[in-house]
Amino acid sequence: MMNLSNLSVGLSTYLLVGAMLFCLGLYGVLAKRNIIALLMSIELMLNAVNINFVAFNRFLWNQKIDVHYLLTGHVAAIFVIVVAAAEVAVGLALIITIYRNRRSTNVDELNWLKW
Amino acid sequence: MSTIVFFIFAILAIAAAWGVVTSKNIVHSAFYLALSFAGVAVLYILMNADFLAAVQLLIYTGAVAVMVVFAVMLTLRGDVRESNPENRSWFVGALVAVSVFAMIALVVLTNADWRVLATPWTGGGSAEDMSLLLLSQFMIPFEAAAVLLTVALIGAVILAKGVKESK
Repeated sequence: MMNLSNLSVGLSTYLLVGAMLFCLGLYGVLAKRNIIALLMSIELMLNAVNINFVAFNRFLWNQKIDVHYLLTGHVAAIFVIVVAAAEVAVGLALIITIYRNRRSTNVDELNWLKW
Repeated sequence: MSTIVFFIFAILAIAAAWGVVTSKNIVHSAFYLALSFAGVAVLYILMNADFLAAVQLLIYTGAVAVMVVFAVMLTLRGDVRESNPENRSWFVGALVAVSVFAMIALVVLTNADWRVLATPWTGGGSAEDMSLLLLSQFMIPFEAAAVLLTVALIGAVILAKGVKESK
């Protein structure tokens, strides 16, 4: 039986979790055909970046030196969440408009700028 | 104890993200997305970011996932079981994603500065601590974010509803 307390969770573990989520999102963006699936993959990638912000803030911040900017990583994550919410609202509205005009949400068919 | 909780929810978040990108049914993808967001919220709690965990649950699992489900239902055509297919070059995408992950993992695992364990945290992370920062040092970006949200809200309504021609 493995001793679980030796498997302590450090900064690199969180960074690896973030990297895995980011790469799954990257695969989704590159490989999916439905435009809503692309938007969901982008949300996954933004979430992975947020994990990295909070992990760096939690593990690398020197609490004795700089008290006033202690939660800067959290503030960065909040701004990422705000921009992601705005992006998903505008993105879904664009998707609904495209669907109304073209009757399709397939990104392979959205090629009428190409000739 | 926290190690076990971490691995349970980290694996949950990653498995749910895997479900998002591999599911053939886009409604299932949307629900897996909500599950992945909830797992990430637990990771925030483990990193002493209480307010961020609450925001994650409210905005991502509550609002974004529900909005994605609505958009799916407004744009669905044909058979729902085949609604989320891969495109022709999915293999290239998999190759790029795997090599990016290998590169990041190499950097993370070989960087000795990042091999640190958690020290006791006294920095807070509640709504009060965040608001002190947001309303003093980050005042201007905070107001800009408010303007951005208003503009995005109006833009989304106009795009989705359409503007009636006057006269």
